Amino acid sequence: MRPKIQFLEITLIERIITEAREILSTMGVEINNPAILSLLSDHGAKVNIEKERIFLKSNLVDKALSTTPKSFRLYDTLGKETNNFSENNVHFTPGSAAINILDFNTKKIRKPTTEDYIDYVKVVSQLPHLASQSTAFIPADVHEKISDSYRLFLSLLYGEKPVVTGAFTAESFKVMKNLQLAVRGSEDTLREKPLTIFSCCPTAPLKWSHATSQNLMDCARYSIPVEFISMPLSGFVAPVTLTGTLIQHTAETLSGIVIGQLANPGTPMLYGGSPAIFDVRYETTPMGAIETMMIDCAYNEIGNYLGIPTQAYISLSDAKQLDAQAGLESGMGATLAALSGINNISGPGMLDFESCQSLEKLVFDNEICGMVFRLIEGINPKEDFPAIPLFKELLEEKHLLIADHTRRYLRDEHFFPGQVIDRANRSRWIEEGEKTLFERAHEEVEKLITSYQPSQLSNEIKNELIQLMEREAQRFGQEKFTKR
Amino acid sequence: MDILKKISVAIQRGDDQTAFMLTKQAIEMNIPPKDILDHGLIDGMNIIGEKFKHHEIFLPDVLLAARAMYAGMDQLKPLLVKDGIPSMGKVVIGTVRGDLHDIGKNLVGIMLKGAGFDVIDLGKDVPPEKFVNTAAMEGAKIIGMSALLTTTMPVMKEVITILRNQNLTAKIKTIIGGAPLSKEYALKIGADVYAYDAANAVESVKQLIQE
Repeated sequence: MRPKIQFLEITLIERIITEAREILSTMGVEINNPAILSLLSDHGAKVNIEKERIFLKSNLVDKALSTTPKSFRLYDTLGKETNNFSENNVHFTPGSAAINILDFNTKKIRKPTTEDYIDYVKVVSQLPHLASQSTAFIPADVHEKISDSYRLFLSLLYGEKPVVTGAFTAESFKVMKNLQLAVRGSEDTLREKPLTIFSCCPTAPLKWSHATSQNLMDCARYSIPVEFISMPLSGFVAPVTLTGTLIQHTAETLSGIVIGQLANPGTPMLYGGSPAIFDVRYETTPMGAIETMMIDCAYNEIGNYLGIPTQAYISLSDAKQLDAQAGLESGMGATLAALSGINNISGPGMLDFESCQSLEKLVFDNEICGMVFRLIEGINPKEDFPAIPLFKELLEEKHLLIADHTRRYLRDEHFFPGQVIDRANRSRWIEEGEKTLFERAHEEVEKLITSYQPSQLSNEIKNELIQLMEREAQRFGQEKFTKR
Repeated sequence: MDILKKISVAIQRGDDQTAFMLTKQAIEMNIPPKDILDHGLIDGMNIIGEKFKHHEIFLPDVLLAARAMYAGMDQLKPLLVKDGIPSMGKVVIGTVRGDLHDIGKNLVGIMLKGAGFDVIDLGKDVPPEKFVNTAAMEGAKIIGMSALLTTTMPVMKEVITILRNQNLTAKIKTIIGGAPLSKEYALKIGADVYAYDAANAVESVKQLIQE
């Protein structure tokens, strides 16, 4: 039996959705994008052009929901399936778009470089419990106008795993789409085998900026999957109550679904988000707060109710170092998310309110994910009944270390984390150098960087990616990349 | 693949039947027993030991390999004795007086045998004199002692005192292990080595024998 948790009664889910629909139809959402306002208006939505506000009646929401896919899959650069977003399947992906990385040697944050990003791709490529890569941080050594596409470029060039990403401007979409077309060969193949997910973020409360709404439209046009990242902050730009925050999250996310589905019915979508409570003592948005995690798990239930696969920024931490708080918040988040059945769990590697990635934390979090996968396998009887024969063997042999039963089930029943997780007795731990978690994780990072094998993508495609990126960089006066 | 290599592979796979048959064949082919031992059985166990150390395989795999090793060793032993080839060495092991917790000690026994040592297991609740007398009588170079209780740990010191009194500490080395023990405790009571787990015990015994 797969263990599960639940936060909302069905009646509460229905009340939240009803209330969100009411907000959409009577208060509407602000969309700073005339093309979208006109599209929605063509579908019968009432528009206030002056205030850039659109009022979405329930029939439009229903129409959009009826064309939203109940599931979809992702495929790596070579075309192999990696993610199946359906039912309660769980996948992990690194937390994305950090502006800093935590440097192991100095234990301080710094701006990441191209080299750091390549190291990241090398590491994430080999972490078995992370199904996809994300564009985890932003290299600071290239022109900022290409800092979004450049991450995707490096990910596709060096890694094979599909990429959770996003564009920072409406203009970057084009090259980010073209990079994907280079990998897949045609628009049709890209449609059949999605390679990326684009994060599209409404602005709280109830607003879509030009860039994000345009990204959403553009993704829909090419059937590129999107994940909605609604970010209500409880007590600040959202009601302080978790239920109130959920109503806002539902309204914002439904508005995104309407835009995307009316732009192109059938566009794959994840019912996602990155809500948080607002800590009124520090003026911060703690991702590791238990209430933040509760909101995530709860909106996942709303997504399930609506029949849409889900996503959340959970399993990350607000700690500044790879310390106990980092382990606590990431571990708790990953556990709750998996028990809740969130389909795409974003977070591993991330510290400091989604602003700092750490490769050491990434390999550590990968072990958390491994444990969590074991957890949701649950307890399932194997050859355990009748038990007498095995216990006879135990009494005779005094141990079951080499029993057939042990050999058959050991690796299924017990998950063996890597050496980042310390399970040695104290003497052995001392003998092996009294290494801290951070040190063990760093050793693992170095090992993975060394053992990395280049992506199997053809050189022809790789060259095409390079040419596309170079042309894009030249547009902004950058002739050369720092290092490749 | 030559037959010794095949024996090594059978050991690594924990395939005792094949290890038995191949060792038999090798003997019939008149391959010197010492070569069968070194390049077949021990070679297989050494590879297993390395893999275990690097977490590539787990304890059950080591124990299965050890079982396959015994299957070959049982046939070789009389021949090795006949050729006057000394064994890897004799080790006397036991859980000290007053202590009935012998799971760890048993594991050490299996692993030592697997590594090719002659193991004399005195069981549990073993009086100090018995360790020393048996080792002296059997010509064992190593005494291995285990304890789980802090109350029984001091018995180890008694064993070492007897060895000292009989001037045997140069001939017979001591190795200790068990949950409450430590390197510091070994130093304090004058034991030669503390081993933190069974695999470490095998490594330590190998080193002690070479010294």
